[in-house]
Order: sequence, then C-alpha cells, then structure tokens
Amino acid sequence: MTRHTTRDAPVVVLEQLRFAWQAQADTLLDIAEFSVARRERVFLRGPSGCGKTTLLNIIAAVLKPRSGLVEVDGVDLTQLTGAACDRFRADHIGLVFQQFNLLPFLSVAENVQLPCRFSALRRQRATQHGRSLMEETERLLAQMNIPAAMMHSRSVMHLSVGQQQRVAVARAMIGSPALIIADEPTSAFDSDVREAFLALLFQEVEAAGSSLLFVSHDAGLSGAFDRIVDLPQMNRASPAMVTGGV
Amino acid sequence: MFGIIWKSLRNRWLTAMLAVIGIAMSVALIMTVEKVRHDTRTSFTQTLSGTDLVVGARSGAIQLLLYSVFRIGNATNNISWDSVNDIAARPKVDWVVPLSLGDSHRGFRVLGTSQSYFTHYAYGSGRRLALADGAVFDDVFDAVIGSEVARKLGYTLGQQIVVAHGTGSVGLVKHDKQPFRVSGILAPTGTPVDQTVHVSLEGIEAMHVDWQSGMKAPGPGTSAEEIRKMDLQPREVTALLVGLKSRGTVFSEQRAINTYRAEPLLAILPGVALQELWSLVGVAESALLIVSGFVVLAGLVNLMSVLFAGLNERRREMAILRASGASPRHVFFMLSGESVLLTVMGVLLGVGLHYMVIAVGSVWAQAEFGIGLNVSLPGEGEWLILAAIFVAGLCAGLLPAWRAYSQSLSDGMMQRL
Repeated sequence: MTRHTTRDAPVVVLEQLRFAWQAQADTLLDIAEFSVARRERVFLRGPSGCGKTTLLNIIAAVLKPRSGLVEVDGVDLTQLTGAACDRFRADHIGLVFQQFNLLPFLSVAENVQLPCRFSALRRQRATQHGRSLMEETERLLAQMNIPAAMMHSRSVMHLSVGQQQRVAVARAMIGSPALIIADEPTSAFDSDVREAFLALLFQEVEAAGSSLLFVSHDAGLSGAFDRIVDLPQMNRASPAMVTGGV
Repeated sequence: MFGIIWKSLRNRWLTAMLAVIGIAMSVALIMTVEKVRHDTRTSFTQTLSGTDLVVGARSGAIQLLLYSVFRIGNATNNISWDSVNDIAARPKVDWVVPLSLGDSHRGFRVLGTSQSYFTHYAYGSGRRLALADGAVFDDVFDAVIGSEVARKLGYTLGQQIVVAHGTGSVGLVKHDKQPFRVSGILAPTGTPVDQTVHVSLEGIEAMHVDWQSGMKAPGPGTSAEEIRKMDLQPREVTALLVGLKSRGTVFSEQRAINTYRAEPLLAILPGVALQELWSLVGVAESALLIVSGFVVLAGLVNLMSVLFAGLNERRREMAILRASGASPRHVFFMLSGESVLLTVMGVLLGVGLHYMVIAVGSVWAQAEFGIGLNVSLPGEGEWLILAAIFVAGLCAGLLPAWRAYSQSLSDGMMQRL
C-alpha cells in the first residue's frame, strides 16, 4: 500500500471499510485505509471483477458499506439519507463511464449541462466567473477539442467514441465538482487517442482544482498519475485476487 | 426536467405515438358513445314536445304513446267526436289536434288530422313542422307526406297515391276508388312524422264512404266529386293531442279527462311516458357504455405496456441520468411525467377526434336515424370521463415509474448492458 502526505484536507477518506452485497454474503471489500488528497490524481488499478466498480459506487454514495468510514469532501456519507446522498453526488462528484455516457436524445451542449439540471450548486459554480451556462459549456467543449459546430447537433450518435468520451469529461467537469471519478473511460480507445484523452483530462482536472480517481485494469496508463493504487493489494477480503504490487 | 421527458419521448416517437393513438381512440370512442347516448335520449324524449296531454281511449300509457306518437300498434278503441268537442271546449284547453289512425300506404301509416296539426305539433326543443315542398292539405284528397315517405318511395308533388285499409303492406284491401294527391312534403324531423302520410280527417272519412262494417261495398264506388259534396264530419278519432293555456293546470286537466263520465278516456303526459319508454329501450345504451369503458381500459393497459417495455432498453438512460446527478425520485418523476404527457396528448387528440366524428357523423345520423347530434362543449358527464381517464393514465404510469425507481436504486450508476 502506498502512503500519501496530506497537502490539504483529503477529498476521499476510507477507513476500516467493509462491504458485502448481502448481510450473509462473503465480504467483497475490506479496506483498512484509502484516501485521495485534494488535487491529487490517483490511478486505481485492478483486474476485472476485483470490486473496482463497487468501490466507486461506495465513494459515489450509491452503495453503503457494511461498516467503516466513507468521507468525501469532508462529509461522512454513511450518515446521509438516500435523498441526501443523491444531492451530495449531484453537487460534488463528476462521473465518466467506460462508454455510452451520453443521452442520445439530447444535443452535445444539453448533455454537458445535464448535471446543472439536478444541482443548483454545480450550476452556480459553472456560472460564477461571469460566464453564462452556455458560455461555460462552450469553453469546456473547446478545451476538450470538440468543434463548436458539433455542440448543438441533433444527435450525439454522430460523434466518434473519442469525442463522446471527451463530451462526457466536459459534463463531469461542469460546475467543478471536488471529485472526478472515471471508470475505464479509455477502454474503447486506441493507444494514441488514449494519451491525448488523458492529457486533456489532466489539464481540465488541474484547471478546475478537482481530484481525480481514475480506475482501469490497464497498467500502461499509469505514467502521469500522482499515485498508483492496486486494489487487490489494498483489499484484504480477496487474497485470491492479489496480483502483486505495482 | 419536462424538456428531458419530451426529448426522450420524441426519441421513441413511434411507440409513444402508438400509445397516444391508443388512448386517443378509446377517448374518442367513449366520448362519442356518451354523446350519442345523451343526444339519442334527448332526441327520443323530445319526439313530441309542446303537447301537454295525449288523450286516447282507456288503455295503457305506453300503448297510447306507441300508437299516437310512434304509430306502432293499434288503438283498442276510439274517442267519439262529442268527447273531442267537450275537451276542446274546456276553458283551460288552448288547442286540440285530433289524430285518426288505421290506414296505411305501402307500409307507411296514414294519419288523419286537422290543419292545426301543422301549427301545433312540435318536436325537439319546440321545433315546428316545416314543409320542404308544396303546401298543407287543402282538399279532401290532398296528402302531406313525411320526408322518409318521399325519399323511400320517390314521391314528388302531385303524385297520386292509393291508401289501403289496415296497416300491413300486402294482402290489404285498397281504397283504390279514392286516390290521394301529394300536396306537400315535410322537412326531415327525425321523428315518426317522417314516416307518416298525413291527410285530413275528411279524407279518412272519404276513403271509407263505400265501406260498410269493414267490408268494401260492391259496385263501381262513389266518385270523388260526389264525395266532396257529402258531409264528411268524422264520428270518432283515435287520439287527441291537447295543448293547455297554462302548463300549471296539466295535472288537474289530466285528472278531469281521466274521470270523464261520458266515455272512458286516458290522458297522459307525453314527456313522462317517453321517459318511461326510454327506460325500457335504453338498456342497450348502458351496455354500450360498459363496452367503451373496457376499450378505455385496453388503451390504458397499452400505455402501461409501452412504458414497461421501454424500461429495459432505457436502463442505460437511467444510469446516465443517475450519474449526472438525478436521484431515483427524479427517475420516478420522469416516468410518471411521461405517462401524464402521453395521457394528456392522447386525451387531447381523442377529444379532437371525437369532435371530428360528431361534426362529420351528425349529418349522417340526422338523415339516417333522425338523431340530432350537435357539436357542443363537453358536458359534466364528459368532463368526468376525461378526468377519470387522466387519473387512470397517471396511475398506469405509476407502476412502471415505481419499477424504474427501484431499478435505478439497485442499479445505481452501473450500466447493465
């Protein structure tokens, strides 16, 4: 397990976390300690099925652990009600999935602005620099190298996979949430596209001052991250999956 | 939020449209059935209006109504002309219209009456008979025919017609020595008047000049010229329509006629008797309404199945929404909002369809059945039906919405592909 030095109050803190799908089921996750510092870019590595997505769901306040502490941006998620979890997630977490991140019936710009429909805080932060929501959307998309002509196009299905993922990043970034979670966002990419995508992602995360939790099974991506964490190594519950240190 | 619902629906426009059409059709059907039901009832119970009492020989109220108004069946007895004069002379009686039945022309009833029939007979909400062509009978051998008679038999003014004794169409003895001439054709009314051949009371007497005890007298028969010179004062009539000077006296007049000493008579209030008769024949209307209720139910089940079928293919959509900050409650709201939107569109389209059907169909219904369907704003019953459908549509959406809610709770942001 890697250690980190606290530069600021950490954005994610897990302590003595245990998780199982059912009360009687085997413990899937058992993590003594894990944290992500502010502005830190963490690469969470592990093979498929090792519980990466489950861990992300716990950090994103979708799943509740059986025991332990889950703190995100200074808030203890285990103490929140379901509705408060939803509000918290909408306000503080930006998500990028592997693929199919966009709603096909909304335009590119509408997809990017989607979190602002559910979170007044994100909307307020997106417009706090005197920009309108649309101007901020345009700025983010421009940063992500999405041609302005595509912004209002009727169907996001005309976009390439790379473009779709970059739009998804713009959506995760709008309103500068404290934590960006990216779950295998590059798995559908060629390696050269992958590098360019990561560069853009880092640049935006840096500019917004957010932390990044990047999950992948592909160790080849780990180069530019501040820290690399191997989940099977960290997870005491699944010794069978431990594949050794990084 | 509503923008998302709308755009999501537009993305699935084909299934959404089918659901809307399903609701629209059932709404249009039940609205039209309700309308036809209501207007048929009104039309029926207003077959005869403006007449305060119908008087006949003592029998049953329905029977009297059937033969005097609907020309169905026969009178068991007649009213003597003296009684007619007595009733007409009563101080509270404004007018009387004598009716004499018992003859037919090619399946249509022949009604002997006076000219006052054309001024006092009213139907619907006080509509009077109007002549489409020609004039009211003037001569003993003049006849005024209803619109149906003219249409079915292709009669025009001046047509010579022969009246038969009895009311069938075959095997009847014909009054062929005294043919009548069509002097006028009435405009359609949608009442039994359309199927009636009207002649004067004298005309009825005239065609029976050569008859004795219900048998045709042998010989060449009396000529029309001779008949015209005869005294054709009728000795009796079948029924009497009575108009009073004041409606308030209707019950006392009814009692007076019912207790008339010289002859056993029966006076009925046509409106009341028509209502009674409707309650007998109106059973079918309820069956019709029940059937349309089931059609509405089918439309709603269809809506529900469309929403349910969409759920699985929309799991990804829900996951994206959840990842973008939507709560399961948002998902629930979206799904139920969708069903509300579909129901509202279905109801609006259905109401539009209903008015189109009524506007087009009213002409045909008036001509074919004499039912006056008028385009009017939805009545209380219709509003209730629409509200019920709206609520039912909302409820139909709740179940799929609940399913989506629990799905997005358990799926979270995971994309189950």
